[in-house]
Amino acid sequence: MFHIYCPHCGEYREEEEFHPAGQAHIARPLDPEACSDKEWGEYLFFRKNPRGLHHELWVHAAGCRKFFNMTRDTQTYEIKEVYKIGEQPSVVAE
Amino acid sequence: MSDNVAVEEQAPAPATVAIMDQRPGPEIAGESPLHHADLDSLAKQGKRQGGVHLRENKLLGHLTLRCNQSNSEQLAAVVRVLDVALPLQPLTSVEKGDVSIRWMSPDEWLIIVPGEKAFEVESRFRDEMEGHYSLVNSSGGSTVLELSGNNVVDMLKKSTPIDLHPKEFPVGKVVSTVFAKSTAIIRRTGDKRFELVIRRSFADYVWLWIQDASREYGLVVDA
Repeated sequence: MFHIYCPHCGEYREEEEFHPAGQAHIARPLDPEACSDKEWGEYLFFRKNPRGLHHELWVHAAGCRKFFNMTRDTQTYEIKEVYKIGEQPSVVAE
Repeated sequence: MSDNVAVEEQAPAPATVAIMDQRPGPEIAGESPLHHADLDSLAKQGKRQGGVHLRENKLLGHLTLRCNQSNSEQLAAVVRVLDVALPLQPLTSVEKGDVSIRWMSPDEWLIIVPGEKAFEVESRFRDEMEGHYSLVNSSGGSTVLELSGNNVVDMLKKSTPIDLHPKEFPVGKVVSTVFAKSTAIIRRTGDKRFELVIRRSFADYVWLWIQDASREYGLVVDA
């Protein structure tokens, strides 16, 4: 079980209250019409699956229902940091 | 790697919202989500000794307010309507007279007022509040359970992963969390007294769960 710090509630809660929402920092193309099929397909379907640091989007589903980002090591399951939407991670893979 | 977060400030729309008094006339008796459990009869017939006491505070007015906590005009309008300020600290609540406000999220509060006052409070909000906000009367969607007694913490520990130690969970703290896999808003109103706001559709399930979880301590239903 993860023990996750919610940056909006300001305290640790059990994983049971949260839902993962996939990879973080996926910006929707500003002009979808101008995208090639390859660009649009990669935006919609292609996700990273790293062994190591991964930036993820989570939602505090049973709590404040706000989304936030988490940097997590997929190998050790260690949560490196959580940060709010719009902020940039301070822990990044080399 | 950039998030599109720049949200343009919208021009305030005129408050032309149709609101209605959700309470039926006096000829129609309101029924709480636990009407079928007949708690009033259980309170008369059931036992009077036990470690967990349960009371349903039914048919209250539940108002969900969403607004911008950095908008001082909106905060002032809330004080004009409710005579008490929104709790801006996360996981806190305030209570004054028959009005109580719970922090739900950085831009959301749950206001509970007596059922007969809900329409009046809602109407006054429409008059006083300006700008971009949302107020929803969700009275029919949830009910309030009051749990107390010497073993109330033991019973809650079986039901929720929240740390209920008084250091971590002082009187007045409010959390929205999971309660026996369903969701509940739990607030501590006293040393051995808690308030649960539960969903209407889960009311029967939670009632059955509480009966089972309190069996070893003895459950007393209060009217």
